[in-house]
Amino acid sequence: MLTIIIWTVVVLTLLGALLALVLYFVASKFKVEEDPRIGEVEALLPGANCGGCGHAGCHAFAQSCVEAGTLEGHFCPVGGNKVMKAVAGVLGLEAQDQAPMVAVLRCNGGCGNREKTTEYDGYKSCKVINTLYAGETACSFGCLGGGDCERVCQFGALKMNPETGLPEIDQELCTACGACVRECPKHILELRLKGPKEGRRVYVACASNDKGGVARKACKVACIGCGKCAKACPFGAITVENNLAYIDFAKCKLCRKCVAECPTGAIHAVNFPVPVKTEAI
Amino acid sequence: MRKRTFSIGGVHPNDHKIARDCAIEDLPLAPIFSVSMSQHLGAPANPVVAAGDKVRTGQIIGEPSGFISAYVHSPVSGTVKSVAPRANLLGHKIVHVDIEVEGDEWMEDIDRTPDIVREITLDREQILDRIKKCGVVGLGGATFPTHVKLSPPPGKKADVLILNGAECEPYLTSDYRIMLERGEEIVIGAEIMKKALEVDRVVIGIEENKPEAIENMLRITASHPGIEVMALKKRYPQGGEKQLINAVTGRQVPSMKLPIDAGAVVQNVGTSLAVYEAVQKNKPLIDNVLTVTGECCPQQRNLRVRVGTPLSFILEQSGGMPKDAVKIISGGPMMGWAISNLEATTVKSTSSLLCLTAEQTLRKEEGNCIRCGKCVDACPMGLEPYLLNRLARARKLDELEENAIYDCIECGCCLYSCPANIPLLDTIRVYKREVLAIMKNRASATAK
Repeated sequence: MLTIIIWTVVVLTLLGALLALVLYFVASKFKVEEDPRIGEVEALLPGANCGGCGHAGCHAFAQSCVEAGTLEGHFCPVGGNKVMKAVAGVLGLEAQDQAPMVAVLRCNGGCGNREKTTEYDGYKSCKVINTLYAGETACSFGCLGGGDCERVCQFGALKMNPETGLPEIDQELCTACGACVRECPKHILELRLKGPKEGRRVYVACASNDKGGVARKACKVACIGCGKCAKACPFGAITVENNLAYIDFAKCKLCRKCVAECPTGAIHAVNFPVPVKTEAI
Repeated sequence: MRKRTFSIGGVHPNDHKIARDCAIEDLPLAPIFSVSMSQHLGAPANPVVAAGDKVRTGQIIGEPSGFISAYVHSPVSGTVKSVAPRANLLGHKIVHVDIEVEGDEWMEDIDRTPDIVREITLDREQILDRIKKCGVVGLGGATFPTHVKLSPPPGKKADVLILNGAECEPYLTSDYRIMLERGEEIVIGAEIMKKALEVDRVVIGIEENKPEAIENMLRITASHPGIEVMALKKRYPQGGEKQLINAVTGRQVPSMKLPIDAGAVVQNVGTSLAVYEAVQKNKPLIDNVLTVTGECCPQQRNLRVRVGTPLSFILEQSGGMPKDAVKIISGGPMMGWAISNLEATTVKSTSSLLCLTAEQTLRKEEGNCIRCGKCVDACPMGLEPYLLNRLARARKLDELEENAIYDCIECGCCLYSCPANIPLLDTIRVYKREVLAIMKNRASATAK
């Protein structure tokens, strides 16, 4: 009995050693040379593999950074400027600072604002709803409320609000990776400048291309394409196309004149301090 | 003789053909018509009229904007009120031409007599041109422009034309009624398409639950050599193009290929009637027969309806909106679309308005997949719906492609047969489209 055990141990040990030798020689013969800096850069990256940089994952991004020899066009939205600076340090390159971005929902058609004309009782997913019809309301451009963006967000920055039926974006958690933007079948999520201070930004919370009357009938807070905001804007940041206003965040100086002009309240200004009301004497 | 059917998959829903004994009636004209410019597969038509124009019945109001596109004609005479985007029955905005009806003045060159014209005087090219000019599209549901289907690409040749009279969807009876009432015209339409395709054999496939239609078509085709009637076993989705070819000829259409690759062309019996009217009577496709049905409907009806009639008007004329109806479906219960907007109007392919009650449309709670394989048995395309569903929810697009998700015909057999009530088709449909889009992009990228 004992001899069997001993023989087994001896044979397996020898076999193991032999195979290890074979593997060692094969590995050294077919070794793939990789720039060691790729590994160093990858270690600095967040490792979310979110694809927000436009590459297949963090490793692909690191490889691209090293091979391109310049950091132009390379930016990790999750790590932001800090990580890019560290990457630049490793590679001895110059990193260009980019202003932080955030995902913004271009729809405010929550339950109170947009009346339901039909009831959907099928599988709760925006993509599924989108293949079946234009949505539960008369607006065929707005949020479907299926929560696909919430499911796709790796950072927990999007939460569906059960009261409004719309997703809410936590700007502290949002890394602007763009996963939700790509997922949304209605294309109503947009990456915009996060804005100065605690994230001050102005945007049109509507994506409807319907004519004013039709849009307004479907939703109380729709952009009706009246063009008042465009006239009021001193910086020419607002364009009205297909009955819909759009604020170019690169030109917008956050003066908020458009917000006051908008008859339907479709233009949102967020994170501005609440003006202190002066009591009338 | 053993009746034939397709070889794999399929389900047997109760046929509910409760409107089968209602003769086709003409629906009066609604006061306002709204004609969609996208009533066919392919590029939408370009409107060629503007607000204020006077139009006559049968006048062209939309011209094709691409190779796969079709003419659209005015279904009524009157004044064009507007040309603007309008919600269709699914709520999507599509350009519609709104026409206010004034009288019913037809174009002079349309033959409106009830006489049946039997002799086919036009040659192949003229036939195809006439079909194109009259805006004939496939009325089986996919609305593929008929003239394109009747001109096979060079190097490919059909040897059989199959007329689809299967009408395998429950509730629908419009094809059945036209086979009973307009059988001879359908057969002449088949003769015309036979001439256009240069084939020797035409088979009219009819399911066995329509014995009167089979008998009527047999009687008519007795004097037409080369045209035969084939009774088929009742089984859904027999009316699917690939399934019907398999049932009638025993051939399989290869994956990602067209019926012409199996040497067959399939046309609906309704299309055949439209072809007859277009070629022999010069009448464009401006009306079709639709069924208003459902257990909760006050009246079951088969109606000849002009294209562009508001759906609410049809219901009004059929005894009003059924009280208990919670869902109205355009098309059959298996593949039809739930209508979200009754202000929308009919299109060339609207085959029914099916009203269902809360009880009939009740969704049962979704359970877990127990790998029972019922969906695999039911799938007429030989796919594995449970696997596709799982891969789709995990978003594994490459594996979905390996498992041939693109072959799905969206018949709904998987969903119908699932004991766990998993909405298999819903997820598969989404990712079928994504995978097809990726494959198309890849093909165009490699072509460059």
